[in-house]
Amino acid sequence: METTEIVDLITVVIDGFEVSVPKGTLVIRAAEQLGIQIPRFCDHPLLDPVGACRQCLVDIEINGRAFPKPQASCTIPVEPGMIVKTQLTSTVADKAQKGVMELLLINHPLDCPVCDKGGECPLQNQAMSTGRSETRFEGVKRTFEKPINISSQVLLDRERCVLCARCTRFSEQIANDPFITLNERGALQQVGIYEKQPFKSYFSGNTVQICPVGALTGASYRFRARPFDLVSTPSACEHCASGCDMRTDVRRGKTLRRLAGDDASVNEEWNCDKGRWAFKYVTAVDRLTHPLVRNEAGVLVQASWPEAIAAAAKGLKSNTSAVLVGGRATHEDAYGYSKFARIALGTNDIDFRSRLSSDEEREFLAARVVSSTTTYRDIDRADHVVLVGFEPEEESPIVFLRLNKQVRKRALKVTAIASKLSIGVEKLKAEFVKVAPGQEAAALSSQALTAQSIILVGERACESAGVLTAVAALADSTGAKIGWIPRRAGERGALEAGAIGNLLPGGRPVTDAPARVDIAAFWGVPTLPAAVGRSSDEIYAAVNSGSIGALIIGGVDPLDSINSAAALDALDKAFVVSLEIAPSEVSARANVVLPVAAITEKSGSFLNWEGRARSFDAAVHDSLNRSDLRILSMIAEEMGAELNLGTVTAAAKEIASLGAWDGARASMKPVNPTVASTLSGNQFILNSWRRLLDLGTLQKGEENLAGTARQTVAVISPHRAQAMGVADGDLLKLSTTHGSVTLAALVEDIHDDAIWAPRNSRGSQLLVNLGAGHGAVVTVVKL
Amino acid sequence: MSALTPVLSAHWDEKDSFTIEAYTRHGGYTASQKALAMDPDAVIQLVKDSGLRGRGGAGFPTGMKWGFIPQGDNKDHYLVVNADESEPGTCKDMPLLMANPHVLVEGCIIAAHAIRAKHAFIYIRGEVTHIIRRLNQAIEDAYKAGHLGNGVDLVLHVGAGAYICGEETALLDSLEGFRGQPRLRPPFPAIAGLYARPTVVNNVESIASVPAIINNGAEWYQSMGTEKSKGATLYSLSGHVNNPGQFEAPLGITLRQILELSGGIRTGHSLKFWTPGGSSTPIFTDEHLDTPLDYEGVAAAGSMLGTKALQIFDETTCVVRAVLRWTEFYKHESCGKCTPCREGTWWLVQLLRDLEAGKGTEEDLAKLLDLCDNILGRSFCALGDGATSPITSSIKYFREEYIAHITNKGCPFDPVASTLFVGAGV
Amino acid sequence: MAYSSEDLAIMDSIVKRYPRPRSAIMPLLHFVQSRVGFVDGEGIELIAKILTLEMAEVSAVSTFYTQYKRQPVGEYHVGVCTNTLCAVMGGDAIFAGLKEHLGVENDGVTEDGKVSLEHIECNAACDYAPVVMANWEFYDNQTVQSSKDLVDSMREGNPFPPTRGPDSLVTWKEASAVLAGINDGRAHEGVQAGAPTLLGLKISKEGK
Repeated sequence: METTEIVDLITVVIDGFEVSVPKGTLVIRAAEQLGIQIPRFCDHPLLDPVGACRQCLVDIEINGRAFPKPQASCTIPVEPGMIVKTQLTSTVADKAQKGVMELLLINHPLDCPVCDKGGECPLQNQAMSTGRSETRFEGVKRTFEKPINISSQVLLDRERCVLCARCTRFSEQIANDPFITLNERGALQQVGIYEKQPFKSYFSGNTVQICPVGALTGASYRFRARPFDLVSTPSACEHCASGCDMRTDVRRGKTLRRLAGDDASVNEEWNCDKGRWAFKYVTAVDRLTHPLVRNEAGVLVQASWPEAIAAAAKGLKSNTSAVLVGGRATHEDAYGYSKFARIALGTNDIDFRSRLSSDEEREFLAARVVSSTTTYRDIDRADHVVLVGFEPEEESPIVFLRLNKQVRKRALKVTAIASKLSIGVEKLKAEFVKVAPGQEAAALSSQALTAQSIILVGERACESAGVLTAVAALADSTGAKIGWIPRRAGERGALEAGAIGNLLPGGRPVTDAPARVDIAAFWGVPTLPAAVGRSSDEIYAAVNSGSIGALIIGGVDPLDSINSAAALDALDKAFVVSLEIAPSEVSARANVVLPVAAITEKSGSFLNWEGRARSFDAAVHDSLNRSDLRILSMIAEEMGAELNLGTVTAAAKEIASLGAWDGARASMKPVNPTVASTLSGNQFILNSWRRLLDLGTLQKGEENLAGTARQTVAVISPHRAQAMGVADGDLLKLSTTHGSVTLAALVEDIHDDAIWAPRNSRGSQLLVNLGAGHGAVVTVVKL
Repeated sequence: MSALTPVLSAHWDEKDSFTIEAYTRHGGYTASQKALAMDPDAVIQLVKDSGLRGRGGAGFPTGMKWGFIPQGDNKDHYLVVNADESEPGTCKDMPLLMANPHVLVEGCIIAAHAIRAKHAFIYIRGEVTHIIRRLNQAIEDAYKAGHLGNGVDLVLHVGAGAYICGEETALLDSLEGFRGQPRLRPPFPAIAGLYARPTVVNNVESIASVPAIINNGAEWYQSMGTEKSKGATLYSLSGHVNNPGQFEAPLGITLRQILELSGGIRTGHSLKFWTPGGSSTPIFTDEHLDTPLDYEGVAAAGSMLGTKALQIFDETTCVVRAVLRWTEFYKHESCGKCTPCREGTWWLVQLLRDLEAGKGTEEDLAKLLDLCDNILGRSFCALGDGATSPITSSIKYFREEYIAHITNKGCPFDPVASTLFVGAGV
Repeated sequence: MAYSSEDLAIMDSIVKRYPRPRSAIMPLLHFVQSRVGFVDGEGIELIAKILTLEMAEVSAVSTFYTQYKRQPVGEYHVGVCTNTLCAVMGGDAIFAGLKEHLGVENDGVTEDGKVSLEHIECNAACDYAPVVMANWEFYDNQTVQSSKDLVDSMREGNPFPPTRGPDSLVTWKEASAVLAGINDGRAHEGVQAGAPTLLGLKISKEGK
């Protein structure tokens, strides 16, 4: 995936040792290459150098000419002929550093024993290495009111702050959310918010993580643990397809916090607040702990594993069965479902798209996405990025950060084809191509792209007919790359695993006979079903029409479907085997319920939107629950089929040895866009997406996080607002034949034909409330 | 012939000196006409040849600064005049602008032409309402007369009370609408200044000196001053003297000469200490009366010419009190960006308050000096360095007086004795 | 307070002075003070809206500069220079005298709202020390008594004119408008210079 770039190396001498580093490397980092640790606070490799704390002072001379005073090594790039003397070899540098450390400590409270940072505090550590053992300061310390909430999830203790400005620089440079700033001046300078505007950034948790003292703390972790009591496990984020590297910290079997991991290719050192703080759903809900089987009286009762497995196998075997696997399965679990459908059930009726979807999308995924290789690095090099059906900040926040970085560093051109100008798109200074919902395809065709360009397509693109056809055509005519970015963490893995009706694992088309032979031989079965399988919606419909009798379902919320009534009917009607971590709409209607392990309790991997594997180990080891994969193997065995996937390792090995498909890709049939609806006076076309922080199942149990969610509003254009006499805050009732929601109006930049509301936020659950997705006509009345 | 050489101040004694009529009457706006007819590079060369050096304190050659601006780069260039005069003791630019704002406007036109800037800004401190009126009116009148608006636009930007904005990069941040905190250098303003474009930042007096140089030539300017410090400049005499005021004289004049011309130290008193160029320049004593007040002479004697703000203190003044007050000023004006200055001035003030109140020890004195050593050259900008100057220089010359506060357990001075109105019954 | 359409037009013209809108923060804050007397939340929010900045960004700037006030000041805001030179020459005594005379502490406002008091740093008039400023106009060579008389004149509603400034003292809000760059047509009033400013020139003309 990576290409090697040729870089100029510069050789410098640090404390008598030569080191060669790329041109532009800062002295402080060149020293790191030699294992020389220069103390620092404000320095952060991903933030612009600021030279504020002055902790990293060193002596420097260049070609025999010495700087008259010690220099901040975090601000000075290496130069040929440079000789650096750090605290290890220069008494001037040593005294300078000790002097600065003393000054940093004169106003720092001695509250380490009650400070969350204690034990992992750069100030504490460097005070030990660079400070004096006794203070010479006998004066009066600066005091502030002890911690103040700057949002529902972040607290600020100004007494502890060393004013390194990492947090404010992060907010401004990385997140583009300058809600926290340095205020006041001189010795009274302090970090703060504007009193009426809390620190509601989707990325606020990063400031807690990079704070080099205990000034910023997260509400959910405060006073919970000491770092040395925690067991840390590298993990991957399950919340979206960005693919963040993470660290999960567990104390006595309980996850206490999650931190962003460091992966320069993906999330750098950042993550979003959902990934950081939404982990209580695992413990906040009543977990399923035992298998359940519906008895003759129609009541779910506790059963033994053998009983339950036998009941499941019997029900599936005696019916025509299909598989629904949600988009949150790991790559290995999805592979298990895929293999299970083909071997145990003998069907291609499997779909991981437990959401709005289309046949055009399924063909697009097979023709353009599976095995594709568009990456974050491509964004770094792109000349132009077009967004369609995709709101990066809400739907894949690390993609947003990457775009923002390139916009800031080199004014990357971004174009957003959408109906509403979103906060995120505005922050990217993107060109906003305003279209009516459903009319995105036409706007795509007029984009002038090159082979250096990227089209980032969200999963919502499938909600407008013809968009994915237009994306493919644009890529063909310009050479631009396509990046398909689903919301859920497991979708790309499930696609690669063939958990969809038109593909077998590794992108092999179901309709391609050699591909079927290839997989059949690999799995050691005589044949594989040849007909393209049904989609999720078709599966529900087939149950309701009687042609499918049983379903095995893992991690699906039927309310995510456009026609949730039909989905629920199907669940009532079919024999359902439900693999779940907690009681759900599915388990409530199931005949057999099998508890499975939550993400922190098992190992595995996700493929992020790039197709890059994000592996993780179990962080919590004392769970009794099994992975989906293990349970599927057991059912298959009971049904007389051999999955041979008893462990995640076995599945991973099998996937790896499967290899990529070198035959022809599936092609896609072009789909024409639908004609724009004609609207009467109070009609609008619905535009909506899920916000990052909303009523998502995986955000349950974290009220502090929910407190920073964006307001639920209905957005209409100034023109329509004027026509309807609507001002900000007026109540609007949006209705369809299915139902209605009432929301406060916000007048903003949106297509005159469109009205926007969040898809799954408090007071606005549109799939359930309106039974309507993107492009539906809704009637709007001012109350 | 007088030792003084009024050029900038030549017509200040005319009641309407601040008007465009008065300025024009004395040949105003002829220099800009002449300069605009010249090749910009020739203007830069002329200013280089004149030997004019920055009058804001650092003394960097003005023409050389202009010459650093990349030419033909197809970028906007900016001229920014630093009129944020706030260094304690410094009081030359404000009376200049009160009496003759047009000379600065004309200087801006010439300098902008030389550096190929279409936009010029004057950043003036905010605490001088009437001077802001005068400057604003002068700009309006210059527009009306067609001197501005034909190639150069000039905007007056009013500060709001922050000494640090006199530091050129903090000034630029402030002018861009940010907190006025100094920027990392490099890049220097000549490469990436205002709005990250090539920018020249010059002091008021430097720019105001340009029209006369254009009209009278480099040789004329060179004929004044000393070998490396050419030309004439404004010396501001204040404090315990019989007659304070502004004295425009060739560089290299001595304090003794200025005192002789002006009427000497307050009658009945003697010189104790003085600043050659504002509070950030190490203090001098009566040993330095004959030090030539040019860049090299003052530096050789261990201080800096700075802004030529000659603050005179006689023997009634407690040096510890004077230094404490300056230190409180630096603490108040520290921008907060870097640790040594922000935290150091916080501590310095506490130590000095104790010492002044007689609560200190000799150990504190050592601590004070060590602390200064940890601030000087460790701070982000020169403000931190400046904060240590009065302390270290005063301890150098008046250590016994600090000790006296310790042994007396209090200040041995009567503050009333040093007031202007001592004995006046007020 | 509600800003009139004229006010908004002025604010717009302030923004247009600059190549980049953000540069207008400081004059806009001065302008808010000219209308409200200090920088209030509404002013911060209005400026943020005009410049499409976050409110925190405007407030960060406003709290950096000491001339932007968080609470109402008096109609006449009096600043006594207590930097070293003025302090030594009488500024300390003047400030102490005024505190006692007005019955307010530093940053205090008299009950009638007429006078507020602040000790200020060097105001670039050292040759006129001790210096007192009112609404940032110069009152040169003050004594304890002259400064008390000055504040009395303010409280009586008929303040003495500045030494070097317009013919009469404008109010805090009027002065703030001048700082926002609005010409009040009074530039021609007052002297061009005081005696110390002219001393060198005078001596030179005398041929010394």
